[in-house]
Amino acid sequence: MPAPRTIPFDYPAPKAGAAAALPGAGLPWLDALRAEGRQLSADGLPGTRMEAWKYTSLAPLAALAFPPPGEPVAEAEPGAGAFDTIGGPALAFVNGRLDARHSRLDTLPAGLRVRGLAQALSDDPAQVEGLIGDTVPNGDPMAAFNAAFAADGCIVETAPGAVVDEPLRLRFAAAPGSGPLAWHPRVVVRLGAGSRLALIESHEGLAGEATWSNPLVDVGIGAGAALSHVKLQAEGAGAYHTALTRTALAADARYESHLLALGARLARHEIHIRFDGEGARCLLHGGYMARGSQHVDNTTVIDHRVPHCESREVYKGVLDDTARGVFQGRIVVHRDAQKTDGHQLNRTLLLSPKAEIDTKPELEIYADDVKCSHGATAGEPEADQLFYLRSRGLDLRTARALIVEGFMNELLEAVGHEGARAVLLAQVAAWIGEARP
Amino acid sequence: MLKIDNLHASVDGKPILNGLDLEVHAGEVHAVMGPNGSGKSTLAYVIAGREGYEVTDGSVTYRSEDLLAMSVEDRAKSGVFLAFQYPVEIPGVGSATFLKTAVNAARKHRGEKEYDAMEFLRLVKEKRAALGIDDGMMRRALNVGFSGGEKKRNEMLQMALLEPALAVLDETDSGLDIDALKVVADGINALRGPERAMLVITHYQRLLDHVVPDRVHVLAQGRIVRSGGSGLAHELERSGYAGLGLEPSAAA
Repeated sequence: MPAPRTIPFDYPAPKAGAAAALPGAGLPWLDALRAEGRQLSADGLPGTRMEAWKYTSLAPLAALAFPPPGEPVAEAEPGAGAFDTIGGPALAFVNGRLDARHSRLDTLPAGLRVRGLAQALSDDPAQVEGLIGDTVPNGDPMAAFNAAFAADGCIVETAPGAVVDEPLRLRFAAAPGSGPLAWHPRVVVRLGAGSRLALIESHEGLAGEATWSNPLVDVGIGAGAALSHVKLQAEGAGAYHTALTRTALAADARYESHLLALGARLARHEIHIRFDGEGARCLLHGGYMARGSQHVDNTTVIDHRVPHCESREVYKGVLDDTARGVFQGRIVVHRDAQKTDGHQLNRTLLLSPKAEIDTKPELEIYADDVKCSHGATAGEPEADQLFYLRSRGLDLRTARALIVEGFMNELLEAVGHEGARAVLLAQVAAWIGEARP
Repeated sequence: MLKIDNLHASVDGKPILNGLDLEVHAGEVHAVMGPNGSGKSTLAYVIAGREGYEVTDGSVTYRSEDLLAMSVEDRAKSGVFLAFQYPVEIPGVGSATFLKTAVNAARKHRGEKEYDAMEFLRLVKEKRAALGIDDGMMRRALNVGFSGGEKKRNEMLQMALLEPALAVLDETDSGLDIDALKVVADGINALRGPERAMLVITHYQRLLDHVVPDRVHVLAQGRIVRSGGSGLAHELERSGYAGLGLEPSAAA
């Protein structure tokens, strides 16, 4: 019997009253959006017969039961955050809900505006409608869950020309002892023309319990503006993470994504880039490290709709034990998108004969004057490198650790914010340090 | 220090060394010369313990221990150092970080206190200045994007820091211009001492103008075919390997 196109998923349990408990319920446009999301998500989770989900099965997620997302959750202590050492404004979401006690919005830098989604819905619903009121993005099955069940999130805006020096931290933490919980944060980021911002998004959790985070981060970068977006995903071993980040770039805009994915039983990081204006550039750096039976999926779609844009994509990872990695990189160059410059690279170090990476580059090029390339490698640490290091007295374990660390550090050195870079490098070192002898 | 008896070694089942005998005492510098394909690099790799270099007969004794029974890293920690003909690039690993890890591994093995960051920095600064290595090179990833000369000088820096008892230099002179050659030769000479033995593997005699060996051996077809004093190197320079009446090497 062929695998099903969708996997039945009874979510939330119970269903009755779930919509009414969500913020902004009763706003006609929002009710309609949520109804559309519910309708799409009622089919269940995407199955492996869907091409985009061929290598990642959500069947284990479908076996779990989560309460409705709008219900009140008890206040919980999330513990220390990975980026606590970095000062500046911060929003903390604990078990999916904005937690004022762990947030710092009292001294926002000039030109930066940050609001919780629920607050914005009550203050200025018409503006929020303009930001999230369109249909479910791309009819995406996971975005449908987010559209239907987002109970919290935030809206981040920069004024035209504002250069925000301090990074804004968005932390999503699972508090220990909370039981199975799901959240669908909706984050909207809008950069005014010529402005600059660094965003540090982290998903953390100590809990061994099942959690499901399904964030939708919607980014719009105005003409000549630049966003540096760091994301750390380090949730616990019982976590499921299905994220969609979609970014639209106006003319001459810049977007940098620096992702480090370490956690969760299963994580999928899907990034969609859309070039709307000429002369824009994006850099997607993704690092993944998985062991045990972890599964980590990076799926990117870069949509070159207009001429003279540049995309650079490097995904590097380390897989141990029976961990499985997936990289799907699609680059679409439309007929009019002449002079597109797109490069994609995926490299994986396999530390165990049972670890696996599935790499699928997809280049769809309809223009005739473009530079596009892709490459992929996977294998053990090179024998030459190991011999060289061992010939200097490093034991095999240390030599391997050094090669692995260097492999990841090479990617993370491009993170512009020094403090954020240091945190990510320390996370890599800690991951390596946890290796079994 | 090093005693090699009747060494036979193969790579991919193909015999390369065919009964090699060699003895190097502490305080001596020996040169091993020979045409391409004679087995010079194989000898270096067998001493260092590289995988894929299979010893089929004979023995290698280092400080009265069976060297061939030791792991690659144990050989290194016991004082065997190979300066690579082609030093390997290790992306993302800072040169300074690597050096400190290597030096401290050796110190720990000898029961000495490991250097802290400050002590190590001071030590490196002193050693690298003599080799004309700037601080910028230390901050780059190990060997990545280094020129041929930089790679060789970096090998000499590692040797100076690790202070091996037995140093094997595999064509350290290849790819160096005359100035770099002098710097490297000075580095080698600085390490000459009564406690240390060196095996200088080279195709050409020019390095031996600067590092005058105690003994010169000619390797051909996997065997030492002739040994002599430093004058032998000059004789080879004049007459070529063919002039020694050797059979032409298959790979030459």
